[in-house]
Amino acid sequence: MPDDVSALQLVLTGDPALFAIVRLSLLVSLSAVVFAALVGLPFGAWVALTRFPGREIVIVILNALMGLPPVVVGLAVYLLLSRAGPLGSWGLLFTPQAMVVAQTILIVPIIAALARQTIEDLWVEYRDELAAMDVGPAGRVATLIWDARFSLVTALLAGFGRAAAEVGAVIIVGGNIDGFTRTMTTAIALETSKGDLPLAIGLGMVLIAIVVVVNAAAWGMRHAGERLAG
Amino acid sequence: MRAPISDLPILLEDASVHVRGVTILERISLALAPGAPTVLIGPNGAGKTTLLRLAMGLLRPSSGRVSWGGRTDAPPTQRAIVFQRPVMLRRSAAGNLRYALAAAGVERAKRAARTEELLALVGLGWLGERPARKLSGGEQQRLALARALAKEPQVLFLDEPTASLDPAATKAVEDVIHAVTARGIKVVMSTHDLGEAKRVAGEIVLLHRGHVIETADCATFFSNPGTAEARRFTAGELLV
Repeated sequence: MPDDVSALQLVLTGDPALFAIVRLSLLVSLSAVVFAALVGLPFGAWVALTRFPGREIVIVILNALMGLPPVVVGLAVYLLLSRAGPLGSWGLLFTPQAMVVAQTILIVPIIAALARQTIEDLWVEYRDELAAMDVGPAGRVATLIWDARFSLVTALLAGFGRAAAEVGAVIIVGGNIDGFTRTMTTAIALETSKGDLPLAIGLGMVLIAIVVVVNAAAWGMRHAGERLAG
Repeated sequence: MRAPISDLPILLEDASVHVRGVTILERISLALAPGAPTVLIGPNGAGKTTLLRLAMGLLRPSSGRVSWGGRTDAPPTQRAIVFQRPVMLRRSAAGNLRYALAAAGVERAKRAARTEELLALVGLGWLGERPARKLSGGEQQRLALARALAKEPQVLFLDEPTASLDPAATKAVEDVIHAVTARGIKVVMSTHDLGEAKRVAGEIVLLHRGHVIETADCATFFSNPGTAEARRFTAGELLV
C-alpha cells in the first residue's frame, strides 16, 4: 500500500498514537500562546503608549526577536533547566512544561511586537479623541485593546502558528520521548529518519490542516471585525 | 449637589504657541464669554485649529496664559471638541455615544435613553446600530457632534465642522449648532465659509498668520470692518 494512502488511513481511522501526539502538540502550543499573551499583550501595549529613553532600541530588538531561531531558544532553556543550570532543581527538563516554557519564550516577541504595532497605530488615530473625552490612562489601554481585539487575535494566531510549526526548541528541551514529550513536529522528524513514512505523512497532513484552519480563522476574524466594527 | 464651577469665560492672555521654532500663534489675547457663537475665520495656516486646541486645553501655551473660569488647570470635563476629521471609534454609532457617556461619568442606567436622545438630536436615530466608520462623512460629523454633547458641555469647540460637506449635510450640522446654542451651550467654531460665519456667528474673530486681526460682533464685522485685512477678507480677496 502506498505511504500516502496508509497515512490517510491513520488520520481517518483516528489512530490513537497519532492523535495522542496531536493532542500533546495542541496542549503545549495553546498553553504557550496563553502564557505569551499574558506577557506579550501588556508589554506591547506598554511600549506602544509609553515614551522612555531607548524605546526605539526596544522596538528594534522586539522586531528582531520575532525571527528568534527555535534551536537557540531550545539551547537557552536547556541550559537554564539542565541539572547544572540555575533552574535545574525544578526538574522540568524533558517534560511538556519545559516545552511550554521554550515555546512561550519563542512567541512572546511575536505577540508583543504585533500588539505594539497594532495598538500604536490605533493610538495615533484615537489620541486626540480620547484626550478630548478626558479618558484616563487605564481607560485608554482598555479602549485600545478592545477596539484592536480582532487584530490582536490575529497576533495570537500568528504566535500559535509559529509554536505549532517549530521543532528545534521542543526537541532540545522535550527530548522527543514517546508518549510523553513527542509532538507532531518532533515525531515527523523522527519517523522520517526511521523510514516510517505513513505516520510522518499523516502527522504532516494534520499539521498542515491545523495551519490552514488557523489562517482561515485569522482571515475570518479580521473580516468579521471590519464588518461588525468598521 | 453643588453646581459645577463654570469654565466660562475662557481667557487667553498673551498666549503664544511655538512648535519647533515656528510661531503658530503670537501673543493672542481673547475672551470667550457665554452667549452667541464665536466664529474664527481666516485663511489656511492662520492658527484657527491651534487656537481651538489651546482654548480646549489640549495644548499648553509656549508663553502667556489660558484660564477657564479663572482656573488654569481645569480638566476638560465641561468642554468638548469636534475635530475637522473626527475619528470614529470601532463601534456602532450608538456604541460611540455609549462610550462617550461612560467617559463622561453618566450612570449606566441612563445611558440608553441618553443615547437615543442624542441620536435623535442629530437626526441619526435610525442609524444607531450601524458601524460608525461605515457612515457617510456628513453622518460621521453629526455623530461626532452628538458624541461631543454626551458630556453636556458648557463650551463646544468645532473645527471647520462643515468642511467638505454638501449643502444638505451643512444645513443639518448648522441646525444642530443652532439647537445647542439655544440650550445655552457656548459654541466656538472655525470656518472658511463667510456665508456660514454670517449664518451662525454672534461674534467674529479674524486670524491671520497667528495674530488676532479683528474681533467684532457679526453684523459690525461684515457691515463695517475695522481693519484693512478684514475689509479685504470680507470682500473676497485673498489674504496671503
